[in-house]
Amino acid sequence: MTPADRVRRRAVGSAIVLSVPAVLLLLALFAVPLLRLLALSVEGGSLVAYQRALTNELYLRVIFETFKIAAVVTLLTLALGYPVAYVMATSGRVWQLVGIAFVLLPFWTSILVRTYAWMVMLGRNGVVNRTLIGWGVIDSPLPLLNNLAGVLIGMVHVLLPYMILPVFNAVKKVDPNLVLAAEGLGAPRWRAFLRVTLPLTMNGVAAGVTLVFTLSLGFFITPALLGGGRVVMIANLIEEQVRELLNWAFAGALSAILLALTLAAFWGISRIARTRSA
Amino acid sequence: MRRVRPGRLLLAGFAVLVCVFLQLPLLIVFPISFSSAQYLQFPPPGWSLQWYERYLNSPNWLTPTWLSLKVAMATTALSLLLGVPLAFGLTRARFWGRDAIEKLSMAPIIVPTIVLSIALYGLFANLKLIGAWYGIAIAHTLLALPFVVVVVVAGLRDFDVNQELAALGLGASRWRAVWHVTLPQIRPSLVSAAFLAFISSFDELVVAMFLGGANMTLPKKMFDNIRMEIDPTIAAISALQIVLVSALLALAARFGRGGGMPGR
Repeated sequence: MTPADRVRRRAVGSAIVLSVPAVLLLLALFAVPLLRLLALSVEGGSLVAYQRALTNELYLRVIFETFKIAAVVTLLTLALGYPVAYVMATSGRVWQLVGIAFVLLPFWTSILVRTYAWMVMLGRNGVVNRTLIGWGVIDSPLPLLNNLAGVLIGMVHVLLPYMILPVFNAVKKVDPNLVLAAEGLGAPRWRAFLRVTLPLTMNGVAAGVTLVFTLSLGFFITPALLGGGRVVMIANLIEEQVRELLNWAFAGALSAILLALTLAAFWGISRIARTRSA
Repeated sequence: MRRVRPGRLLLAGFAVLVCVFLQLPLLIVFPISFSSAQYLQFPPPGWSLQWYERYLNSPNWLTPTWLSLKVAMATTALSLLLGVPLAFGLTRARFWGRDAIEKLSMAPIIVPTIVLSIALYGLFANLKLIGAWYGIAIAHTLLALPFVVVVVVAGLRDFDVNQELAALGLGASRWRAVWHVTLPQIRPSLVSAAFLAFISSFDELVVAMFLGGANMTLPKKMFDNIRMEIDPTIAAISALQIVLVSALLALAARFGRGGGMPGR
């Protein structure tokens, strides 16, 4: 064994020793409980819980609704977030910092605080309806609370920063000379954007879409408070099954389905992104 | 002189509107918290500090606040104690199973919180740990660990190991070299990691809801209160929380890495 080998072996040894405490915690309190929960869902070797979740119309609708909400929220955050990220990344340093501050301040504010504020704003007599009526945009109050609209507004607000920040980083990395070159060669500005900037920022878009979509699937607080019991997502259903009905097998099956959807989305989107950029 | 194009102006206007949308909840919370009305009213008819007084004089609110602070501090300490060594382990050597460990340490942010919550609820109920503050702190440590690992690994990747080797060559023990050379150099990452861990625990609702039992953390108390009635006391607490987070954010931006931005 050469001295270099010995040094390397010692480095590996200490790296493993340093990792052990955290790994033990993750195995004991993350991996094991999760596997235990999944085992509960097939208790007695029966798939009854899964059959119930995937054939009962009521539960199927919750699963479908969750998927639909996640998709709509992802599209909305992309449509609102990309332009913001683009403007921020192509502005001067000062405006960039101002923009980041405006994105991070709500980002770091507690979700409960923000949801509370939306409940105050979106009610029949809330600030939003009164302002719109005052401006003469609408005649009678819009139903914005205790329904899908409220949940969508709340979720888009919570998740927008997760879209803006990765896209911002991606746009910042695009060499402005490439855009100038495209324009110098006669491309109109919009075509230079579509052919140069947009393809080069697809990695950031993929990261944002992955984050927003997978986080949306597991949302609990926003639908619970802004949905007024009328919008039920998988997470709300799981909570009800455990706390009120103590139906562990069914809660386990729903958890497995939610987990599978999340991992599939995670894997699927990153795969699409990879083939696109290759 | 560069001419500002109308297209750009339109785009910037749109961006400003979205930024206003992002600030709306924060803008609404402060006036309500200073309202003199007896119930929720906006805009407030007059100003007073009654909601702050009510919060600061109510054990129903202060007990959950102290519990949340205690849990968040324990989470911060624990996740740094476990996460920083893990980050060293992941960056300093290549070994069989390293990628698996890295994936495992990231997994708690991918798995939906509700799933992790009920999984731990089942386990903790068997262990009679429901209601124990350290039970919540340990569970929050799992959620904070990915943030700590990402930020500290990034810090260690930027750090020039030769400095540590130089200290070793000059006769320092490995522990001394890490303590006096490496850790001070990655201090910004450590500050950001601590900030992320603290906030992620202090704001966390779902895990605490299941594991807290009768012992409510501040988010759980707020959640219950919002469900029952929209009481302006929440606005006062919200305003205080926004100020606390802004102060922490300013500190993290001053001493931290990348303004506390996740993953940077």
